[in-house]
Amino acid sequence: MLEGIMIGLTAAFSLQNLLMVVAGCLIGTFIGMLPGLGPMSIIAIMIPVAITLGDPTAALILLAGVYYGAIFGGSTSSILLNAPGVAGTVATSFDGYPMARKGQAGKALTIAAVASFAGGTIGAILLMIFAPALSSVALLFHSAEYFALMVVGLSAIAAFAGTGQVAKALMMTILGLILATVGEGALFNMPRFTLGMMDLQSGISFITLAMAMFALPEALMLVLNPARGSNADGSSSNKITNLRFSREEAKAMAPVIGRQSVQGFFIGVLPGAGATIASFLGYAVERNIAKGEEQAEFGKGSVKGLAAPESANNAACTGSFVPLLTLGIPGSGTTAILLGALIALNVTPGPRLMTDTPEVFWAVIISMFIGNLVLLILNLPLIPYIAKVLAIPRNYLIPFILFFTLMGAYIGQNNATELLMLVGLGVMATILRFADYPLAPLLIGFILGTMLEDNFARSMQLYRGLDFIIERPMTLGLLVLALVLVLLPSFRARRARKRAEGVADGD
Amino acid sequence: MKMTMTRRAVMAAAATVIALSGAGHAGGHQVLDQLHFVIPGGAGGGWDGTARGTGEALTGAGLVGSASYENMSGGGGGKAIAYMIENAESLDNTLMVNSTPIVIRSLTGVFPQSFRDLTLVAGTIGDYAALVVPADSSVADMAGLLDAYRAQGPDFAVGGGSVPGGMDHLVAAMVMQAAGEDPIAVNYIPYDAGGEAMAGLLSGEIDALSTGFSEAIALAEQGEVRILGVTAPERVPAYDAAPTFMEQGIDTTFVNWRGFFAAPGTSDEKVAQYIAALEAMYDTEAWEVVRARNGWVNIWNPGDDFRAFLEAQETEIGDLMRTLGFL
Repeated sequence: MLEGIMIGLTAAFSLQNLLMVVAGCLIGTFIGMLPGLGPMSIIAIMIPVAITLGDPTAALILLAGVYYGAIFGGSTSSILLNAPGVAGTVATSFDGYPMARKGQAGKALTIAAVASFAGGTIGAILLMIFAPALSSVALLFHSAEYFALMVVGLSAIAAFAGTGQVAKALMMTILGLILATVGEGALFNMPRFTLGMMDLQSGISFITLAMAMFALPEALMLVLNPARGSNADGSSSNKITNLRFSREEAKAMAPVIGRQSVQGFFIGVLPGAGATIASFLGYAVERNIAKGEEQAEFGKGSVKGLAAPESANNAACTGSFVPLLTLGIPGSGTTAILLGALIALNVTPGPRLMTDTPEVFWAVIISMFIGNLVLLILNLPLIPYIAKVLAIPRNYLIPFILFFTLMGAYIGQNNATELLMLVGLGVMATILRFADYPLAPLLIGFILGTMLEDNFARSMQLYRGLDFIIERPMTLGLLVLALVLVLLPSFRARRARKRAEGVADGD
Repeated sequence: MKMTMTRRAVMAAAATVIALSGAGHAGGHQVLDQLHFVIPGGAGGGWDGTARGTGEALTGAGLVGSASYENMSGGGGGKAIAYMIENAESLDNTLMVNSTPIVIRSLTGVFPQSFRDLTLVAGTIGDYAALVVPADSSVADMAGLLDAYRAQGPDFAVGGGSVPGGMDHLVAAMVMQAAGEDPIAVNYIPYDAGGEAMAGLLSGEIDALSTGFSEAIALAEQGEVRILGVTAPERVPAYDAAPTFMEQGIDTTFVNWRGFFAAPGTSDEKVAQYIAALEAMYDTEAWEVVRARNGWVNIWNPGDDFRAFLEAQETEIGDLMRTLGFL
């Protein structure tokens, strides 16, 4: 392995390749910040450039830099504008946006940067040490386990079931699951619930729905209630650009980041799961582990709630390189595009990659370390300027949000109907917000719905019934875990209430 | 604003690089000033790659002055077809890319039109289909697969990256039917994408996988899967270790073609120009670079041959889908 690291170091530290990392990270970060442009479209744009480089190592380093940069940049729009551009950063907005609204935008961006750096770096260490051994882990899960994993992911909605909100959160989740059934699925050759409209045939796109649930209502609320927008609690822009988090916060976050980097990495290794599931699970697990007051903070601007999904999704992105490099199996749309680029450069990923072209394998891993470091160094000084977006007066900021929201929805599909759907769904979302319905569960239901249904139906077909729940111990285990995650908070709450009553009685 | 500038700069840089790399091979005689591609799917998909690769080769070889692209997803490709028909009069120099699903989806009625409503230009590239098993499987050839299938019945699961009634399912059913089995009895397990289906095969969830030949080659070369049969009439030079179904006594062939269509009512003269440009493209170095990069197989099917081919494919797929109960 040492020899490999040396090969990788010499390859990655050539002037050309260092330039590639920096260029990739910069391009990725800036484009990734635009709501609606995810890593997939950015990489697709960059592929012709990478291929003309001719050198597979340089090309991969460039593309990997773009990939990390885009994920990194994606959390910025989640935190500042509540407009997640990729499914993987939806969970980031749960606590990141409340923090920004409290006037702690700079701090939130710094935490995201540090957590991403830690997640990416720990992921790269795990990848370096365990990659060959992990190829079997990637194949451990069958459809039955993926189904159970999605159920565990759904239990993340328990986190939104604040006092008196349980029924509302459940209703929104089910609405999300229903919206996920629209269009042509993987299981039936006929479109469902398209109302005969051609534009609904490929379903509702994630970007459109995410923009409609988060970004658009945000802009509309600002218009309807101007007081809301006044520089977030009237704090000075000085505070917005302040990067520091306290020592106590660092101490609280460290174990979260450590746990979620490892957990996120392993979820990323599974080809059917990926960064989105990793971030939801990370959020759900950390919320359930947290105690008392800290738990109540989740969803209202908790540093832990921000650090968890950010470290998990970055670690998962690194983890998704395991099936890609060791088996040649892409676990996500983005890695599928990377696979295409690799093959175009005459590198065939698979079990023989490490022996046939070790320099490619190791250069990629070393470039991950460099890329993460470069991102951190590049972005920390930029954060005060990025955070200043929030100091922009309302009458400029609202059109800005609307412009990028509409553009994001349009660019994905190049389809004007998406704009109509965005506005329609956005108005619906605003009404739901007025009625105090939480919208995040709807998005979670929508994202997990398709995978939940596909994997469930596949398992049913393979086992010709529900036997897979009993026959596959891991499936059963995961389902029990989901049940515990859902029931534990209410059990704890009841016990706390009882204790409080007991004290009152004793008085 | 700075961000959009960056993006534009990047795209301009990409375009320049492509133009420069192509300039070396220029020298062909220019057939068309400009060409616009309508792509019925999003960026990064198979149709997108075909259109952009073809455009790159055509401009790089100097056969076409400039190429532009327009992604128009929706309705499983139906939206782009409707666009070509509705705007036929104003669509000079415009080609739409499509592939086998245009035949399948017009049969199932996903969209009301068919290839007959467009002007056929040519099929340019294709990929064969293959049945594969994990490299450590006890099944060594098609005879072995059929034995295992007869022994296990519905427990023998065949997966693929398409919906039931989609291409991967039809290929599996076609092979089993040609081998004398009941195509309806095959337990076909659908996956969302080829990659997921491949993971399903390697994890042991399914016993065999129906997939594109080029995808299968990559994994066979890495020693992960064994290709039991390919739907080509003869062994394919790109990977001649893979036997055909024909040589194993299973009389079936299939090509997943990709090709180009023009708006209805396009003049014969114009169609001749399109065909001339595409045909001349095959001999250029620029095309060879693009083709090799994507692992495409040249399958040239212009004009009337294209029509005959599509009609034959429609009949064959239609019959099979009726047998399977999808129509």
